[in-house]
Amino acid sequence: MSDAVSVLNGAAFDGFAQVSDTGPRGMITLRGAPEVLAKMAKALGLAVPETLGLTSKGDLSLAWMSPDEAMVLCDYADAPGLAEKVQGAVKGDHALVAVVSDARAVFRVKGDKADQVLRKLTPAPLDGFAPGQVRRTRLAQVAGAFWMTDAQTFEIMCFRSQAQYVFDLLSNAARPGSELDL
Amino acid sequence: MSHRLDGKGRLIDRSKKLRFTFNGKAMTGYAGDTLASALLGSGQSVMGRSFKYHRPRGVVASGVEEPNALMNLGEGGRFEPNQRATTTPLFDGLTATSQNHWPSLEFDIGAVNDLAARFLPAGFYYKTFMFPRFAWKHLFEPFIRQSAGLGQVPKEPDADRYEHVYHHTDVLVIGGGVAGLAAARAAAAGGAKVMVLEQTAHWGGRAPVDGGQIDGLDPETWVNNAVQELETAENVTLRLGTMGAGVYDHGYVLGYERVADATPGDDRPRHRLWRIRAKQIVTATGAIERPLSFPGNDVPGVMLASAVRDYVVNWGVAPGRRTVIVTNNDDAYLTALALKEAKLEVPAIIDVRATLVGPLADRARKAGIKLMHGKAVVGVKGKKQVTGVMVADLDGKSTPDAIECDAVAMSGGWSPVVHLWSHCGGKLNWDDAEAMFKPDPARPPLGADGQGFVLTAGNASGAMGLAEALADGHEAGRQAAKAAGGTLTRKAAPKAPETERQPLKQVWIMPTSAGPDKRMKMWLDYQNDVKVSDVQLAAREGYASVEHTKRYTTLGMATDQGKLSNINGLAVLSDALGQAIPQTGTTTFRPPYTPISMGAIAGEARGELFQPIRRTPMHSAHDAAGAVWEPVGHWRRPFCFARTGETDMEAVNREIVNTRDNVGMLDASTLGKILVTGPDAGKFLDMLYTNVMSSLPVGKCRYGLMCTENGFVTDDGVVARIGEQTWLCHTTTGGADRIHGHMEDWLQCEWWDWKVYTANLTEQYAQVAVAGPKARKVLEALGGMDVSKEAMPFMTWADGTLAGIPARVYRISFTGELSYEIAVPANRGAELWAKVAEAGAAHGIQPYGTEAMHIMRAEKGFVMIGDETDGTVIPQDLNMGWIISKKKTDYLGKRAQERSHMASPDRWRLVGLETLDGSVIPDGAYAVGEGFNANGQRNMIGRVTSTYYSPTIRKGIAMGLIQHGPDRMGEVVDFATLDGTGTVIKAKIVETCFYDKEGAKADV
Repeated sequence: MSDAVSVLNGAAFDGFAQVSDTGPRGMITLRGAPEVLAKMAKALGLAVPETLGLTSKGDLSLAWMSPDEAMVLCDYADAPGLAEKVQGAVKGDHALVAVVSDARAVFRVKGDKADQVLRKLTPAPLDGFAPGQVRRTRLAQVAGAFWMTDAQTFEIMCFRSQAQYVFDLLSNAARPGSELDL
Repeated sequence: MSHRLDGKGRLIDRSKKLRFTFNGKAMTGYAGDTLASALLGSGQSVMGRSFKYHRPRGVVASGVEEPNALMNLGEGGRFEPNQRATTTPLFDGLTATSQNHWPSLEFDIGAVNDLAARFLPAGFYYKTFMFPRFAWKHLFEPFIRQSAGLGQVPKEPDADRYEHVYHHTDVLVIGGGVAGLAAARAAAAGGAKVMVLEQTAHWGGRAPVDGGQIDGLDPETWVNNAVQELETAENVTLRLGTMGAGVYDHGYVLGYERVADATPGDDRPRHRLWRIRAKQIVTATGAIERPLSFPGNDVPGVMLASAVRDYVVNWGVAPGRRTVIVTNNDDAYLTALALKEAKLEVPAIIDVRATLVGPLADRARKAGIKLMHGKAVVGVKGKKQVTGVMVADLDGKSTPDAIECDAVAMSGGWSPVVHLWSHCGGKLNWDDAEAMFKPDPARPPLGADGQGFVLTAGNASGAMGLAEALADGHEAGRQAAKAAGGTLTRKAAPKAPETERQPLKQVWIMPTSAGPDKRMKMWLDYQNDVKVSDVQLAAREGYASVEHTKRYTTLGMATDQGKLSNINGLAVLSDALGQAIPQTGTTTFRPPYTPISMGAIAGEARGELFQPIRRTPMHSAHDAAGAVWEPVGHWRRPFCFARTGETDMEAVNREIVNTRDNVGMLDASTLGKILVTGPDAGKFLDMLYTNVMSSLPVGKCRYGLMCTENGFVTDDGVVARIGEQTWLCHTTTGGADRIHGHMEDWLQCEWWDWKVYTANLTEQYAQVAVAGPKARKVLEALGGMDVSKEAMPFMTWADGTLAGIPARVYRISFTGELSYEIAVPANRGAELWAKVAEAGAAHGIQPYGTEAMHIMRAEKGFVMIGDETDGTVIPQDLNMGWIISKKKTDYLGKRAQERSHMASPDRWRLVGLETLDGSVIPDGAYAVGEGFNANGQRNMIGRVTSTYYSPTIRKGIAMGLIQHGPDRMGEVVDFATLDGTGTVIKAKIVETCFYDKEGAKADV
């Protein structure tokens, strides 16, 4: 017990879609004016995401969070180093850079009906939703966010204290026999 | 007698026999049957007893409007009362019992109410409240509770699961009859994304039963083609078995899907609630036939003419062998013809109209049916089953003739289903020719843009002929697509030959000159047993408003919400008031259209998913250690760690003594941690807190108090200066999200030009408090940081590595002991907890819970947000003037605290309290003064805010807000006990700090 472990430590459920914990994920909260966020994105080698967008390069992504906030998603071990790098790029600017890798949990929902799991939990419209977009929304009773890594895979993020609830929600929504037949 | 017909029944599959029981009796039906059609097919015409008079009742209708055939369905965890037999799909093994009778459906003692009917008139219930006064409680209420009421309450938890689903569409069509399908086709052709909901298990609505031709095809073929076309369209979603339950603002609609009602135990969700956002809504909800109000119109065997037709054509079931038709319009002739075609007897069509002409009358004559014009049914023979009707002239003045029959099919005209149009404010017009309220397209429900967002289609618009309904549906679909951002399709509307319909004649009571004895037997609302005489009595007693009359008579207040009785009732009321029907108006239509299950509303929120429980990183470890859990907001925190054989309070006292004597550890992860950074961060915090935070040196900690604009204390906590421009604000557990919101509110709305960013880091860190005289030894054993007094004095913090884990250590104390709070990344929280326990073992470390924490802080006189404060308390009340900066020109709450009542010397102020006898003052107790107030209550001079047994001082200690409290040191005040004895507990006013007043123990 000496390494960081994610909240549910690899939990998984097989329903009409596959739900799984993705393990520890690096996350960095960035706040700044558009030109400051642009500098930060440049330091990471990523494009600034559009509103509701997400830009990626390999395992590194930058997700839109609000007009003055973005979130870096990266390898867990890389977060402190990347945070330092970004901080360095905006020295003298008004900005906030905070490593928040431990504050959240990330689950994966995979399968050709993965969207149906989300349709039961979020009021956000999913028609036309595709990789390269992100939504901050509600998952039943709690806050959450999600994006897609490919046409059949969603990643869902929630606060770590609510990870068990969200995992149970996703698993319940994916239970066989409850396909929506849309 | 009702029975199954040979060969008929377009919806049933005779090769699939299904067994079911009714009141324990084994019966059979076929796949495709409803419970109602299966019961009728088995010869069971009495299906329940009425609500008030316990009269035997049979099924009247064939759909959602059914008022009588309500059943208890299922058993145990699947028991559900008040289910309509007409909308219950039959399945093998179904168990149903009838309701509202004792001892049996056939013999019901409650039927004596029927004999006493003249003593149970409209408003009986309300009258019993008034006179005599004692009677309600001792006589009427027990009687009414015993005899009234429908189904039983389920006793076991629901065995099924439920879910919600969100859906977004351009156009939502509610109703899958031919008008709805025409609308859906037109909307889809206009490029809109379309969803169609149909409450029954079949597409096409009434058209396949009522006949006619659509685009040269019989309706059923046309429906099949249309559905196939829509199914293959990319932009259309079809949903059978899903009712549009309610229309709400902003195009929000609830759909109620009955997924697995007919397949209990198959592990699918039983019901699904569709939460739909539609740009445009088309309600193609059809129309409901009205009963006629003649004496005995509730005897089993009297049914709506359209329902009789449905049972024959759809399910191959005849309600009787000899059926008399009574009508005021053309439609019932279709029933007569359908019965004739099924080789059943139709002794007569009794029509109120003076001349009977037109194609339907001709066809009836040609079929050999006797037409009786200008006539009325003036009586029904039979009690549990119709045996005949008495027929006389419409005014009832001629000598009645008897006609033998075992069923009566009645039609009083049709009412468009305007409910969904009306839910959000769509207005209605009265159409006197058709005798119906129909939607006024000029006054639709309005959306946020001021434009209508609901259209009606077909019968629901009041377009009653097949040709008109199709044209209307098509046009509604076109317009909906356009309004939702699509185009107006040029595709032609489906066509049907024009049919000639003869006008109906408005007859609201039958015979028209009926006296009181007959009016007492004319049922308006079957389910709530409201008769014509009741509504007339209400009018005589002064009830002029339809809404008042509804509540006084209970007309339309049953589970069917007056689907059959509404228009008939208000027509009778209008007549009694001598005014036109539109002057009376309708009652308000409210969602849901028909009752939806509680399970569907709850969705997945039950059991483990009932409420999100927030767990700290150490949750599992606490659970394994026997934590007694306490909810703190959505968090669960250990109240204490009880050992085997220990009571909770014994555990709490042990934890306190051990912390004071040795060392304790607390999971403090739930404390809010908000990062505040930027060039204006210091200025910002000086506005938020009553004291100065900008002057705090980097590396140091300071306690702060936060007030609302109104001056009241809202939160507190320790603030640490992290860098030149960066502070970390600790909040209370419950305050984390609230205070973060509070900060963002001020930054975004008021001080938007200040350069400050915040981030809520609460969940990023696990935090462990190590407190007690041996705390330093424990941290030294963990190793990695210099935690000496010199390196880390009281109220400072340092970053480092503790036991190999990157940590930030704060030297702050909420217990009054030497204390460190260790913050580490949350993913390593469980690891830290285990290592602290291991390192502390040699020093006698024990975990302590929230109660020990509360008591230890009370011993120190530290306030607790939510105990000492309740939203009405200002810092001055807490004697915390020391924390209010005199140097600052402003802070949130400053102005408010200067107002006269806030500055009054008479406010209740915080003091410590020591009981004279050492006992503990009850929580929430009031300090009582001299005399009584205007309400005869003892005058109060204060109240307890925190009260505990202190294991350190070994007696009851408390804090309380007392008038002029600090000026009354040493005085004894009385606290009223809560046990009703009127006794008091005497407590001496002392200082709030009971333990280590100098604070020497924390600063070592």
